[in-house]
Formats: sequence, C-alpha cells, structure tokens
Amino acid sequence: MKYMAMIYTAPEDSPAIGTPEWEQLIGAYQAAEARFDADGVHYQGEALQDGVTATTIRVRDGKVSAMDGPFAVTKEELGGFYLFDVENLDEAIRCAAMIPSAAVGSIEIRPVVEFDS
Amino acid sequence: MQEDRGRLLAALIRRTGDFALAEDCLQDALESALVHWARDGVPGSPRGWLLRTAQRKAIDRFRRAKRFEQKQDQYAQLLAINAEADEQPPEDSDIPDERLRLIFTCCHPALAEKTRVALTLRALGGLTTRQIASAFVDQEPAMAQRLVRARQKIDKAGIPYELPDRAQWPARLNSVLEVVYLIFNEGYVASSGEVALRTDLCVEAIRLARLLDQLQPEEPEIEGLLALLLLTRARFGGRSEHRFIPLSEQDRGTWDPTQIREGRALVARALDRRRAGPYQIQAAISALHAEAVSHESTDWSQIVLLYETLQGFTSNPVIALNRAVALSYAEGPALGLQALLPLAQALSGYRGYHAAEADLRRRLGQEEAARQAYERAIAAKGNAVDRAFLQERLATLGQP
Repeated sequence: MKYMAMIYTAPEDSPAIGTPEWEQLIGAYQAAEARFDADGVHYQGEALQDGVTATTIRVRDGKVSAMDGPFAVTKEELGGFYLFDVENLDEAIRCAAMIPSAAVGSIEIRPVVEFDS
Repeated sequence: MQEDRGRLLAALIRRTGDFALAEDCLQDALESALVHWARDGVPGSPRGWLLRTAQRKAIDRFRRAKRFEQKQDQYAQLLAINAEADEQPPEDSDIPDERLRLIFTCCHPALAEKTRVALTLRALGGLTTRQIASAFVDQEPAMAQRLVRARQKIDKAGIPYELPDRAQWPARLNSVLEVVYLIFNEGYVASSGEVALRTDLCVEAIRLARLLDQLQPEEPEIEGLLALLLLTRARFGGRSEHRFIPLSEQDRGTWDPTQIREGRALVARALDRRRAGPYQIQAAISALHAEAVSHESTDWSQIVLLYETLQGFTSNPVIALNRAVALSYAEGPALGLQALLPLAQALSGYRGYHAAEADLRRRLGQEEAARQAYERAIAAKGNAVDRAFLQERLATLGQP
C-alpha cells in the first residue's frame, strides 16, 4: 500500500537555511533516507517552502480566485512529505517515525486511495 | 458461545483478510444456524459448520464485490480451504486459534482508546453493541457508528492482522493490557450506568486477561495484570455500591480467599521471571493489602518501596500521592504530609489529593487545616458516593 506521510512543524522550530542547525537537520534527513534505502523501502519525498509562500485557489462558477496563504492557518504547517510504498500501516509508522521532524513536529500518515483501473 | 465467536471471527479474518467482511459473514452464518439447526439438529461439529458456512458466505460476497480484483489472493485461498473442507468438514480442534492476532488488531494504537475498548469487547467479549453502548453511557447508534468507522479504518488504513515484531512488542502489548485494564476499571469505578452490567465488565476483563495468559504464556506483565484484576475483584465484598468504605474500615472477612490465593500465586510467578513491569508491581501492592489480616498489620514499608519502584515506570503524580499515604502508615502522618505537600500543584484539581491531605491533617490534629482540605475535596470533581463520605468525615471532625 502507498502511504503519504505529511510532515507538520511549527516555523519557529525549523532552523534557518544555512545555519549549523539546518545542516544538522539535513544530515539527519539524509541518514533517514539511507535507512529507507537499506531497508528496501520504496519512497519519494519533497520539502516544501514555508507557509508564507502558499497560495490557495478556488474555482467557483468557472472563475479562479487566488488567495494568499495556506488553506488553514495553524501553528504547525505542512513542511514536506514522503510517499512510502510499504506492506501495511505498521511499516508506514515505522518509516514515519524515522523522519527527523517527528521529534519536534508531527507526521500525519494517510493511505493513498488506489482506484480500480 | 462467547469463546466460539471470538475464535471463529479470528479465523475468518485470517482467511478473508477483511475485518468487516468476516464479521458480516459470521453474522450471516449464525443466522443460518438458527434456521438449519432448528430443522436438522445441531451438527456434530458446530464450530466447523459455522466456519464453513461463513466461508461460503465470504466467497459469495467476494464474487459480488466491486473491488474483487484487489482481493484475488484471499479469494483463491478461501476457495482452496473450502474445497478441502467439503471433503472433510473441519473438526472443532482443526480451527487454528488466531485470537491473539485479533486482540492486537483491536488494540492497535492507530485506533482511539475508546474505540479499542469497544472493538475488543465486541470482537472478543461477544458483547452486543447495545450492551457496550450502555456500559459506556453512549447511545447505541453512536456506538454502532464508532464500530463501523473502526472496521473501515482497519481495512482502509491497512492495519495489519499480524502480531507485532519484537521491536514493537512491548509498546503494543502495553496497549492491549491498557484496554483490558480500562474495561475492568469501567466496571470497578461504577461512576454511572447500570450497576449489574458494570460488574459484568469486570468479569469480562478477567476473562480477557485469562485468555491473554493462555495465548501468550510466561509473559510476566500479562500475569501481573491478571493478578491485579483478581486481587482487586477479590476485595469487592468489602465495598458497597451506596457508600464509600475506606480500606481501614472494610470487613476483611468478606474478601474472597480463592481469588486472593490465585492472584498471589500469579504475582509470585511473574516476579520470578525477573522482568518487572508496572502491572506486576501494582499486583504486588494489591497482594500485600490482600494478605494482611488488618490495616495496622499491613506491610506498609514494603508498599512504600513498591510505589517507589512504580515511579520508575511512570511519572503519574497519583503514584507519588499513594506513596505518601502509604508512608504515613509506615512512618507516621507527619512524614506522609511532608511527602504529600510538594504534589499540591500537580494535583490541585484531583479530589484524591485534597482528601488525603484532609485525612493526614486530621490525624495530626490540625483541625482547621483539615476542615479546609475537606471542603476543597468536596468541591472537586467526582462521584456522589465519595462526596457523601467526605461530608460525613467533615461533620465528625474534632469528635473523638
């Protein structure tokens, strides 16, 4: 099954790019990915620019309206994701627990809907 | 039949790979049994008959299912098992016992605590949705909805029907033990709802703990939990539904010696395995109370030490409160109060704290301070039976 692991952290808990803390975090992410590779876990993942860069759009009556900011303003915001292709929820939890940001923020795990082809 | 239902359900989930489908098919099979057995008599192997009938229902449902493609493997497996069963109907003893898997699935930490409790009672306790709803003072439709959502989550989120691996075992086992303990407490605390049914919850919890001990023998925390429940249950006779009776005033002659004996033996066996855990320690404390002939002759020093060991496992300040009370009997109320007061902030909203402070100050002859503590305890949240006891104590304050 495919699981999306969404990484939520509060911006004040995220180190600024280029600082030694940031280097350390990147190192921790690389180590986690090395473990996914070693365990044979199939995954993809991306980091997102922070919430202030978000644009939320809606289409109503054919008209596109764009709004500045994320859909829901919360203390913790979506900062990135992994998509794991693993056997079951226990495996997904095991992988998600290795994501370094799990130690400061939280990771929401959701199964991906697989439509009948 | 309770035993059978859990066992058949567990085997069916294993074979169909689908929690909700297995429950539906078992229900269908039970309904068929009512008709067929009334007409043709009870078959030689009732469980085997039910399992085979439920499997056939599952095959029918698989054929009709929209997501048939995704369930091909289980379908093929079922067909094979069924073909085999046609030649030789399964004997009761041929049905493998998969209930441990079922318990771990029902108690998976990805499910909400209340859902875990309800699901376990439904799947392994064989309680009806109505009984579960009434035990938790819930409306039946709300409880039914909760159970439906739980099955959907198990299926859609891919909660595995497997035993956890060694790395996850301690945490997952703890989640299972917690559920059984919660079921027991729901019956024990009896804060609301039907009294009779709530006592049934205690019986149900003990049955589940026994089942766990049987399915996973030599696991000291399971033995510890079972012992704790038995030792607590053994002392029910000393309590009253309408009035709170403190331990010091209970008639120890009403305690059940058979359950105490079994509980003590279990604690001893568990502790011998040299893998101590919180349930074993709580059971050991309970055993010390149960074996004392009077409140005064209780081994309070040993109880203080056990609470200190327990503090190593959990940071719950109520453990520190219990330790302070035990200390007051071992070393006197002054030392007890000294240990208690630092907890004031952490437990300011907890009735038990104020009641303990009141009692210690009363024993020290600090009448005015005791009065104030009783008033805080009476104002705090809690049930009416405890409140009545505290009011009675307050009224007799200062009397010999």
